[in-house]
Amino acid sequence: MGRITLDKVRKAFGEVEVIPPLDLTIEDGEFVVFVGPSGCGKSTLLRLIAGLEDVSGGEIRIDGQDATMVPPAKRGLAMVFQSYALYPHMSVRKNIAFPLRMAGMDAAEQERRVKSAADVLNLTDYLDRRPGQLSGGQRQRVAIGRAIVREPAAFLFDEPLSNLDAALRVGMRLEISELHKRLNTTMIYVTHDQVEAMTMADKIVVLRAGHIEQVGSPLELYRTPRNLFVAGFIGSPKMNLIGGAVASAHDAATIGIRPEHIRVSDEAGDWTGTVGVSEHLGSDTFFHVNCEGIPDPLTVRVGGEVDLHYGDRIHLSPDPEHLHRFDAEGLRLP
Amino acid sequence: MAPAVFLLLVWMLVPLCMTLWFSLRDYRPLRGGDLGFVGLENFVRFVSSSSFWPAVFTTMLIVGGVLLVSIIFGVLLAMLLDQPMWGQGVVRILVIAPFFVMPTVSALVWKNMFMDPTNGVFAHIWRAFGADPVVWLTDVPILSLIMIVSWQWLPFATLILLTAFQSLDSEQLEAAEMDGAGPLARFFFIALPHLSRAITIVILIQTIFLLAVFAEIFVTTGGAFGTRTLTYLIYQRVLESQNVGLGSAGGVYAIILANIVALFLMRIVGKNLDR
Repeated sequence: MGRITLDKVRKAFGEVEVIPPLDLTIEDGEFVVFVGPSGCGKSTLLRLIAGLEDVSGGEIRIDGQDATMVPPAKRGLAMVFQSYALYPHMSVRKNIAFPLRMAGMDAAEQERRVKSAADVLNLTDYLDRRPGQLSGGQRQRVAIGRAIVREPAAFLFDEPLSNLDAALRVGMRLEISELHKRLNTTMIYVTHDQVEAMTMADKIVVLRAGHIEQVGSPLELYRTPRNLFVAGFIGSPKMNLIGGAVASAHDAATIGIRPEHIRVSDEAGDWTGTVGVSEHLGSDTFFHVNCEGIPDPLTVRVGGEVDLHYGDRIHLSPDPEHLHRFDAEGLRLP
Repeated sequence: MAPAVFLLLVWMLVPLCMTLWFSLRDYRPLRGGDLGFVGLENFVRFVSSSSFWPAVFTTMLIVGGVLLVSIIFGVLLAMLLDQPMWGQGVVRILVIAPFFVMPTVSALVWKNMFMDPTNGVFAHIWRAFGADPVVWLTDVPILSLIMIVSWQWLPFATLILLTAFQSLDSEQLEAAEMDGAGPLARFFFIALPHLSRAITIVILIQTIFLLAVFAEIFVTTGGAFGTRTLTYLIYQRVLESQNVGLGSAGGVYAIILANIVALFLMRIVGKNLDR
């Protein structure tokens, strides 16, 4: 079980309030991702849940029990740190067994749990090595192993993939998702990478300056961003945001259109422009198009077979069904 | 590099060769002068003297005692200084200060200001509680010396251990905290292993210097009351008994001893550095 409820939780460091009162419920078995730019308070929020930081106000409940003042070890949560935080002087086996040893579990049971965790994570051959002799991905798995053996109510991940190279990151992303499906335990995952958020999450919590901007499934956030911040943050490449006269034509202060929702035509369209830099990914091509009357170049996503060159004149029209409209405050208009 | 090596060689080899040379001769400057080669007789006499083993024992006691005190208190002090606090910079400088006091001066200060049985601070404290003042340098001479020498070496140990503490990854401590380790378990399972390398370095460096402790003994007890260490015994043989040959033989033993210790400790450090 791992249902975590934050009730008006706030955190201040001295005079500076990094997290204004905030409410959030994380259901049992959910994979929740906290995402936001650096300094948005997502790590602090995770540390509050872990108990590594004391809340300045409000209440944290785990499975209905008030855990606000419970020390970290007693909350039944396990955490995987960004630096992995493995104990360098202990073998992998001892690292994984450490929480069990601290809990005073008998040696046979410790060994059994370490074995099964090592099996799950493909670490069986490395049990007698020290962390210093492992690669980044293996260290990551040891850190996860140390979390698994405790059979926690929830896993907390603090940017666990940011120290890995791009290829390994994609692999570990899958492994963590796979692990979640298998264990079916609540996971809270902090990242600044919206791709990780989109691919892994059941529920994304977008944070900015300690505020929750929007909570929802990846596709909800993609389809109906509640405000300009979420619209710009979720999705890759970024949504095109256009203000001025073009937006007024749609009765909005700002309109947003994703690169994949713009149609390209040689003959006619709402906007006319010249093709700038293009980025070919093989399956897709991103064109940066400078349009008349729109200050910033628009990003357009088309199939890989479309053949356009630098300086070509083209016509663009946004797909009206996928046009996002925002008011002067940046909030979504229906 | 060559001039430096040359200087070092002259600086070390000349005294070393002279010591070896004298250790093989019966040389008593005020009692007949150089009386020629005697082979290894000096070496046999130095070891078979009734003062030899007590001196070795005293040396070990003082070195071991100072190491124990400076490491235990060094770790505690380093832990304390690692905490953020008001006036951190000033406090750190104050802690390091004893290291800059000359051994002779600090021994005199301890002897006359703290340990003096009539006017010393300790005597006043004891009397304030109605107890008889301890005559430190006579009743517990070795303990007194350990106190004085530890006071000088504690800052060194603290400084090195403090830097080691500062390099400890705070996420490791937090991970251990989440794993259910209490403050004591965190200290013994995470912090202490992390400090092990720094501790071996402190042991290595201090042992080499502590084997040569001299001024503190000279100024306080003058080698009386069982405080005669190996270094002090050599000094007495050479200057008090005016037997340069015998003293030199002792010096050669001291060189061998220091090298054994250094070799032993270098291996430990080497093993630690390999990790």
